[in-house]
Amino acid sequence: MLTREPEHFPPSVNTVGRMGRTVLFSLRRTGQAVILLILAIINIRYALTKRAQREIVIQMFASGIRSLGVITVVAFFTGMILALQTGIALREFNQEVNIGTAVMVSMLREMGPFMTGLILAAAVGSSIAAQIGTMTISEEIAALELMGIDPVRFLVMPRLVAMMIMTPLLAFYTSIIGILGGGIVGITQLGVPWVKYMQNATMYAETKDLYVGLLKAFIFGIIITIVACKQGFDTTQGAVGVGLGTRQSVITSFLLILISGYFITRLFY
Amino acid sequence: MNAVSFQNVSKTLGGKVILNDVSFDIKKGDVFVIVGPSGAGKSVSLKHMVRLMTPDKGNVMVGNDNVSTAAGNELTLIRRKFGYLFQGGALLAWMTIAENVALPLREHTDLDDCTIMDKVHDTLKMVGLENDTEKLPANISGGMIKRAGLARAIIESPEIILYDEPTSGLDPVTSRHIDKLIVSLRAEMNGTSIVVTHDLHSALSIGTRIAMLYHGDIVELATPEDFINSTDQEVKEFLAAQYITRRGAWERK
Ligand SMILES: Nc1ncnc2c1ncn2[C@@H]1O[C@H](COP(=O)(O)OP(=O)(O)OP(=O)(O)O)[C@@H](O)[C@H]1O
Ligand SMILES: [Mg+2]
Repeated sequence: MLTREPEHFPPSVNTVGRMGRTVLFSLRRTGQAVILLILAIINIRYALTKRAQREIVIQMFASGIRSLGVITVVAFFTGMILALQTGIALREFNQEVNIGTAVMVSMLREMGPFMTGLILAAAVGSSIAAQIGTMTISEEIAALELMGIDPVRFLVMPRLVAMMIMTPLLAFYTSIIGILGGGIVGITQLGVPWVKYMQNATMYAETKDLYVGLLKAFIFGIIITIVACKQGFDTTQGAVGVGLGTRQSVITSFLLILISGYFITRLFY
Repeated sequence: MNAVSFQNVSKTLGGKVILNDVSFDIKKGDVFVIVGPSGAGKSVSLKHMVRLMTPDKGNVMVGNDNVSTAAGNELTLIRRKFGYLFQGGALLAWMTIAENVALPLREHTDLDDCTIMDKVHDTLKMVGLENDTEKLPANISGGMIKRAGLARAIIESPEIILYDEPTSGLDPVTSRHIDKLIVSLRAEMNGTSIVVTHDLHSALSIGTRIAMLYHGDIVELATPEDFINSTDQEVKEFLAAQYITRRGAWERK
């Protein structure tokens, strides 16, 4: 049951009580989010029904295609910055041709998934949180449950599947655009010809770099969706609550993306 | 046979006592009307019947099942007996009116698209929305949303229909039309209707029994005739506020 009754607690008596309550509440909400994730994954078995398929495609469009513009610009400049920064350092040693590897590896492994994750958290996560939050306060979620329609299957699962597919794809796209941007800086600012840049880039990059990056993006996609849906379902107190929930969902996703990104990097080196 | 009964139900929300040891029975076939001032706990009472809320104390029975402790499949089965018109309509914003109304059928039946759409159009016609089927909820008026919500609540011909203010925000002519619809639906399906309303005119004309909720208590529960003649101070005030006199006639002071 996602429709929960409002809870009311008497105000805490002192600071220790307040802190304890904060800790307990965040633990509980983390647990609930994990349960939501598990339920959503179980519901993926319905992903192939006709109606779910349609919804997934719609969500893929909403999450992926709509973000393409901003992602392209961000990716391009990220690659350019990476190339310029490392290029200037490497020029001291006459090694500027190595920007190829530097840009390629860091785009694939780190910056691609990372930039994609942050942009999607801000653009897609916030809109999921706001939409589900609005549905919660206008009793649409309750209405779904009463009709015997599981909101996890109906709302969460299609969004999760869409993000599981789109985030890695977009991260890959981001990497490509970033590498392109880096190459252009190489040509115009550092005097590294395109062919040499690409040779260098492909020589040292491994497929593992690609896989790790895609795995990261996949996990970021899951984090963004579940955090946003959880915030949405927890929304109370009208329009103000929707605003707060949206904000909270973006902040939480950012933090989780950073932290989990670090640990995945550590795990695979 | 009781369709729904409240047994010593108490509920506190946000530190405020909303229902205080409330007990009443709704018989099968009743059009049970709940009136009372804004914030009295009318919507909260309806939510207890489908376990969108759970009592702090006491039980809510639906037939022979205790809905307050039901969970999982049992709860799903109990809920399937109900149609619920939410106070705000609760339509899904991205679906057209027709799709919204079709949703329960699509989820619960294997009917083909044509049959479903026929039924949807019939139901929308009953509530007078046959010309707005392809509009989105954002593009129709509040009263129309209400009627679409009503269509969705009744499309599966449930045993018990809960109406949360079915006529609020509607013009008098449409209101009377909805009143008639509620009565005829009950006759047709031999079900039970539970209606929350501020509209005394419709309460008196459609209700078989009327309950007045005030400060967490049922202060009056009577047939419409007895309700008008109630000696309870709150009921008198409530009636007087809408110009209904002891004779039940409309009369301006
Ligand atoms: N989710 C909630 N959290 C806290 N308090 C609530 C909640 N829902 C209802 N209440 C409180 O319960 C009381 C009764 O609410 P309810 O919605 O049942 O009123 P109502 O009788 O339906 O009034 P109206 O005619 O205005 O719809 C109100 O005072 C409200 O403040
Ligand atoms: Mg109400």
